[in-house]
Amino acid sequence: MGNENARDQSSSPGRRLATLARHLSVGDTSLISSRGEAINTAPTAGFHGGSVFANVAQAPEDPILGVTVAYNKDPSPMKVNLGVGAYRTEEGKPLVLNVVKKAEKMLLNNPSRVKEYLPITGLADFNKLSAKLIFGADSRAIQENRVTTVQCLSGTGSLRVGAEFLARHYNKRAIFIPQPTWGNHPKVFTLAGLSVKTYRYYDPKTRGLNFQGLLEDLNMAPSGAIVLLHACAHNPTGVDPTLDQWEQIRRLMRSKSLLPFFDSAYQGFASGNLDADAQSVRMFVADGGECLMAQSYAKNMGLYGERVGALSIVCESADVAVKVESQLKLVIRPMYSNPPIHGASIVATILKDSSVDKAYVFLCFLREMYREWTIELKAMANRIISMRQQLFNALSARGTPGDWSHIIKQIGMFTFTGLNKEQVSFMTREYHIYMTSDGRISMAGLNTKTIPHLADAIHAAVNRIK
Amino acid sequence: MASNVASVAISAPSASLVSLRGNPKQRIGFGKKHADLVFKGKRRDWRRYYRWKRMDSSVIFFTMQFLDLLSDISFVDKAKAYNQYGDDMEMACVVLCACLYLSVIQCKRRGKRTTFYNKDVRKVDPSSVNERVFTRVSMAVTVNSSHFEGVTMAPPDPILGVSEAFKADTSDLKLNLGVGAYRTEELQPYVLNVVKKVEKLMLERGENKEYLPIEGLAAFNKATADLLLGADNPVIKEGRVATVQGLSGTGSLRVAAAFIQRYFPDSKVLISSPTWGNHRNIFNDASVPWSEYRYYDPRTVGLDFDGMVTDIKAAPDGSFVLLHGCAHNPTGIDPTPEQWEKIADVIQEKNHIPFFDVAYQGFASGSLDEDAFSVRLFVKRGMELFVAQSYSKNLGLYAERIGATNVVCSSSEAAVRAKSQLKRLARPMYSNPPVHGARIVANVVGDPNLFSEWKEEMEIMAGRIKNVRQRLYENLIQKDKTGKDWSFILKQIGMFSYTGLNKAQSDNMTNKWHVYMTKDGRISLAGLSVAKCEYLADAIIDSFHNVS
Repeated sequence: MGNENARDQSSSPGRRLATLARHLSVGDTSLISSRGEAINTAPTAGFHGGSVFANVAQAPEDPILGVTVAYNKDPSPMKVNLGVGAYRTEEGKPLVLNVVKKAEKMLLNNPSRVKEYLPITGLADFNKLSAKLIFGADSRAIQENRVTTVQCLSGTGSLRVGAEFLARHYNKRAIFIPQPTWGNHPKVFTLAGLSVKTYRYYDPKTRGLNFQGLLEDLNMAPSGAIVLLHACAHNPTGVDPTLDQWEQIRRLMRSKSLLPFFDSAYQGFASGNLDADAQSVRMFVADGGECLMAQSYAKNMGLYGERVGALSIVCESADVAVKVESQLKLVIRPMYSNPPIHGASIVATILKDSSVDKAYVFLCFLREMYREWTIELKAMANRIISMRQQLFNALSARGTPGDWSHIIKQIGMFTFTGLNKEQVSFMTREYHIYMTSDGRISMAGLNTKTIPHLADAIHAAVNRIK
Repeated sequence: MASNVASVAISAPSASLVSLRGNPKQRIGFGKKHADLVFKGKRRDWRRYYRWKRMDSSVIFFTMQFLDLLSDISFVDKAKAYNQYGDDMEMACVVLCACLYLSVIQCKRRGKRTTFYNKDVRKVDPSSVNERVFTRVSMAVTVNSSHFEGVTMAPPDPILGVSEAFKADTSDLKLNLGVGAYRTEELQPYVLNVVKKVEKLMLERGENKEYLPIEGLAAFNKATADLLLGADNPVIKEGRVATVQGLSGTGSLRVAAAFIQRYFPDSKVLISSPTWGNHRNIFNDASVPWSEYRYYDPRTVGLDFDGMVTDIKAAPDGSFVLLHGCAHNPTGIDPTPEQWEKIADVIQEKNHIPFFDVAYQGFASGSLDEDAFSVRLFVKRGMELFVAQSYSKNLGLYAERIGATNVVCSSSEAAVRAKSQLKRLARPMYSNPPVHGARIVANVVGDPNLFSEWKEEMEIMAGRIKNVRQRLYENLIQKDKTGKDWSFILKQIGMFSYTGLNKAQSDNMTNKWHVYMTKDGRISLAGLSVAKCEYLADAIIDSFHNVS
């Protein structure tokens, strides 16, 4: 017994690779190595000659995480890391929220806590609370049991599980992603088996939203296609549609039966207000239609390394939601069986409403923790907004040519400066500023001391290189 | 001149929208959910209002002729429009009316002509209300059927389903021998003392929660490779092992499977018959073809060694062979050291690549080194191989999802390349792995005192299982007068035991004796207490001899 037909159902990358291998091979037992020489052994001839991994090439460093790698290598005391999107304090240190520390302490001191496997769908409390957080406690979709939520590995994991589900159960393979978008998006969707297309988003001339282009491209999308939307604080541009524009997008998408797939990685982090940052999503859910939602707690709870997130699918009816959940389990089980407990427990502890668990002694603290969280969250968001203002002021003070108002108009952790590759390289070489080559900077990596240095670097780059 | 006036008002937020263009097969109309209507008046009286239950502030007036009006202006095709209330024209009318307009529209029919008036824009061209995005009067309507209509209900997981049935059972005698998670003698879950100690230390130290690199925590990766192969193993000293932290056993297997699919697209994996149920799912989802090699011999309730060797020999050169490092799941039957040597011979002969699943290192015999014998033997022979590790059982870290994918290569340069490609597969799956479990392992292994403590606790856990096997065996030979050979219970190792019971007999165990196990006759000894051995022996003897 076997499943040798798996080859027929293999993903297109697999088929392409197999075809490529066949084209490259001379006879049926040899492969050309990456240097063009023929290896005359079977692909897995470990013992007789050479490695079975001879045809495995060195992969390039991940472009975003590679920035931090390069930064770490730099010995200069002036260096600034504006690459990865992790929050830093004014002192430039990573931050563990006080409320998170409290929650961890509570969990540790609870004698009845065990480490038994979670269900495939994850921690039930966490799932319910996550859905409430993003869709609103009064969401009809939740009350009507039309939402299925599964705990996943932060944003990436939620996107991947959702995409795999769509690739298997949805009749449209095309997913439209904004141009530009987070570098990992196309890889996640492609490996899941979807076909990635783009829609216009960023207008380099205005350094804002190309709304007409967006509407036109979505209008040209085939009916039923999937559309990736950043719920707030678009990564990497920081450019978000206004509420009016969101409404128009919603109407257009519903009229063409396009399926929204939201990526919400910054709820509460963008404006400082959890509800405000969820407006776009709630607008879509309120009209009764379906959507997918990938949530991450990496930034807004500072739980980066714990990998906490959730995938919610809002369905047309409770029946459909039950079936969808059963199929999500089949995607998750062969990927990692069940999700990690630690981060989800922290989130559930913080989000719990005091009315949920009456037997729990720490009851009186719980709603407090939620409030504390919102306060710490606002503080983080405010610091970033303040950095934006300071950078803008610094550039204005230097008389740096160009309109830099987009720095204060854009929202969230990142700013698309509008600098080109050459200018970025220059800044890295001469000023030890580390950022991604598309001109994106992480505002979270700045503080009052480093802003003048960055402003000098931008000033120099813009003047010396066009 | 008779004129029928119809006005329709609707509040926008609750309006579901339907597209009247495009696919005519799309359902137009609303399910009960959206159109939960309470009729308050007779159909002839157009002045009656129909309250739209879900739209708090809207009031709808309409006439029966409205649908006709719409149909006359070719706005809607009565023949094609259908919904759940297809034979209820009243409902259809109200539904269509209620949702088509987003502001008040007045329809005036004079004889054969019908004109539409909008409060703001005055006279409105009916064809314009069919435009895509019309700011004042939007006609966009969505399909009310789900995008996921074709999704069927998936069957429940066979192993986890056992626990659910157990929970539902009200009998005092019930015994859960289904899932493979360790239980104490009191049949309670167990968090190791070293783990509690380490978590306390970690909290006191106040470590941050920054992203790990894609390959995971460096200290963990080093510790796990050392544990598996021995810290002084030449392959480690020569840097020939690529280790990437993974999501316990499953996640590590999956990343390795994805690697195999990408770089060995023409190769298949040989898996034992039987094997852990999820192995098949992992390779299926990774699009890696697999076939089985004989393993379990029901006649001896032992290893079908000849069958295994024959099948491995018969496979095409360069296949991957999935081997359980120790404590085979589900049978509990492991090859002897001599048999391992012969298996290695065959694999080398055929240029196969060994792929070890090591989920019970230290848990099977109680000794970490002893349980790693098979892997270390193959490595010593100079073979390149894959190993998926899990710390779920041996450190009781089930829910933390901590494990690793290891690739032993013939050179350090190959290891570097392999690691880079494993990272490339992990990034679009989950970006980087969870930090908590990795820190626990790294801290336990990194501190000599904690490491000793761990080894002691592991010996206790493994010891309890061996003890329970012994008791069960003694009870069986004592109670079973037929002289059947039950020694396989002692020969098998690890958490699981293949009892040799068939499906009907297993059902009898559950239905008559309230003993929950999987249908293949597998019991989890981790869920058995000394106190229940006698009862279990009775159940097994009864099922074996009295049921066929």
